[in-house]
Amino acid sequence: MKRWGSILAWVVVSLLCGLAVAVIALHRGESINAMWLVVAALCSYALGYRFYSKFLAARVLAWDELRATPAERLDNGRDFVPTNKWVVFGHHFAAIAGPGPLVGPVLAAQFGYLPGTLWILAGAVFGGCVQDFVILFFSVRRDGKSLTEIARDEVGRLGGVVAYLAVISIIVLILGVTALIVVNALKSSPWGAFTIAMTIPIALLMGVYLRVLRPGKVLEGSLLGFVLVLLAIWGGQWVAESPTLARYFTLSAPALAILIIIYGFAASALPVWLLLAPRDYLSTFVKLGTIAALALGIIALRPTLHMPALTRFVDGTGPVLAGKIFPFAFITIACGAVSGFHSLIASGTTPKLIRRETETRLVGYGGMAAESFVAVMAMIAACVLQPGVYFAISSPAGVVGSAPATAAATISSWGFPVSAAGMASLAQEVGEQTLFNRTGGAPAFAVGMAHIFAHSLGSRLLMAIWYHFAIMFEALFILSILDAGTRVGRFMFQEALGHVWRPLGRTSWYPSVLFNSGLIVAAWGYFLWQGVRDPLGGINSLWPLFGTANQLLATVALCVATTILMKMGRARYSPVTLLPLGWLVAVTFTASWQKIFDSNPRIGFLAHARQLAALPLRAPETARLIFNDRLDAAVTAALVVLVLLIVLESAREWIRVLSGRKPAGVHEAPFVATRFVAEEAS
Amino acid sequence: MKKLHRVGAIVVAMLREIFDEAAYRRFLQHAGKPSSRASYREFLRQKMNVKPRPRCC
Repeated sequence: MKRWGSILAWVVVSLLCGLAVAVIALHRGESINAMWLVVAALCSYALGYRFYSKFLAARVLAWDELRATPAERLDNGRDFVPTNKWVVFGHHFAAIAGPGPLVGPVLAAQFGYLPGTLWILAGAVFGGCVQDFVILFFSVRRDGKSLTEIARDEVGRLGGVVAYLAVISIIVLILGVTALIVVNALKSSPWGAFTIAMTIPIALLMGVYLRVLRPGKVLEGSLLGFVLVLLAIWGGQWVAESPTLARYFTLSAPALAILIIIYGFAASALPVWLLLAPRDYLSTFVKLGTIAALALGIIALRPTLHMPALTRFVDGTGPVLAGKIFPFAFITIACGAVSGFHSLIASGTTPKLIRRETETRLVGYGGMAAESFVAVMAMIAACVLQPGVYFAISSPAGVVGSAPATAAATISSWGFPVSAAGMASLAQEVGEQTLFNRTGGAPAFAVGMAHIFAHSLGSRLLMAIWYHFAIMFEALFILSILDAGTRVGRFMFQEALGHVWRPLGRTSWYPSVLFNSGLIVAAWGYFLWQGVRDPLGGINSLWPLFGTANQLLATVALCVATTILMKMGRARYSPVTLLPLGWLVAVTFTASWQKIFDSNPRIGFLAHARQLAALPLRAPETARLIFNDRLDAAVTAALVVLVLLIVLESAREWIRVLSGRKPAGVHEAPFVATRFVAEEAS
Repeated sequence: MKKLHRVGAIVVAMLREIFDEAAYRRFLQHAGKPSSRASYREFLRQKMNVKPRPRCC
């Protein structure tokens, strides 16, 4: 009877999923309710988790519930600690959820809500969740080794080197691009700049509180910090209204970029307790709370999506990002569907906490499904805006013009009516001087989120507070990524340069700390600077570069996973990783080719450089812009070559194993029986 | 009610792990020290010299 009940329940979930996806996909010319996206997402994840991940676990990976995990075998109470599966799930989710799934879908909304949403769902269920799950599982089987180490052991030495270079490149690009998002969100916004500036003394205060007043009481300290941040948001409105104070906090993009570069260096070189750790706690606190509140807000409001299912910009002429729906919608969504960066976390701290092998499914597959749901919420937040408003906020001045009347006329001529007066009124409502040309995705997301929160509570009076809360929320955890990412990058440089000159590898030697911090900050700072000086807003060139790098890292992870499956003697199941791998290779290689060689200057780096070079009267900075275009092309080409090498190296390994020229065998830790089964039985 | 209590306990445990309170408690157990400024300083000093948890994009 129970079995029939379960079958009936899953039939209902499947039918509901089919209905929701059909409504999303087939409605044209009229608005739909956002709840269809929520239902489609939740049902897809439920089905994927119940059936596909179970198939992966039982058949493909052949997990062993009797096998002890490294957390049990190597338990040292520090790095390796057997931990409750829900605790590990929360810990893992807090580490993988970043601004990518918020910003990517907002940018991809220029194609309409349909392409992005379908890719978020299908990409997560068949790609991203699978990648996170298998890499976590393989790392657990290898004593919690990192992706780079697994690649070296299973694919070959070249695989290890390529994985290392891909990781450091993606870190640099991520930091540069995310810093640019903060700059674009805070430029000419005294309220936003004040709030974020205040988070630095608040973090320092928290650091002192945790170290001196209440040692180790982090939750308490974070709550205190959160209250202070709310006060800073509240106080920001008076700063914005005060002519004297507003002057100090009304900053241009270059000024903000310089401040963020200095901040990144300081965060990497200062003691961790003073700035990095408290800010990280504060941002996690705000992140988890806000994501939960956004989900509740969407369910409470059940807003209507005003963006059409498909816009005219599927043809590649989009103002937010240039390029056709294939491959650029997939590159733009990035982390919401598949994120290569997750493979670093799934082979980092998380595998060392897994108590039972069977729990990798919830943490790996389930964690990514939760992240993907965040991306669906971001898509909803962007699409509840009137399309004209969305394009007015997200289009760069280089495309629509910098004068409000010109920009409004250009956007209206595309069939998305918007007026300069309406935008001025909206800007006033959210406490900003202007909302035109606020590229980067964060401001459009913030307006959408403020709309959802304000309407859920039945009043538009607090729109300004909600808008600045959303900006603070995004900027805060982007800055915590800058802190942690710069530090991780510094450690990676130290690891590599230690082979050149041993003292440079010493993590506690201060000259080495300063030198390597300078190197990593200079690397991402260059991309940030390039972005803020770009007349097209920087996002048009840098976000695809970041998206491509991220998806290329996923390609590396899936290559490693496929190789291991082949070597485990499970070649017949290899399509579970081979198919997403093939898709990602097609997407990333096409995007890279187009970004380098496309003849449209808005897409191809080299075509843009040629266009600038052909100008009769060159401005002094044109030479630098040409250099930047060529540099971006070279970076893209280098990433593709690196990944091509690992794909070829992996394919060679597959052929050798399948043809019997190399005996199948993997580098797993030896089997040790777990004691938890017996403990649970008793 | 019992189930709700259990869920609450797991959420608190999750927050303690995310916010490193659990790691600090394990450190104290491991070192056999009581919680104090000096112990917390030592805990942070150890954290300083290891690669931090990466945060995804």
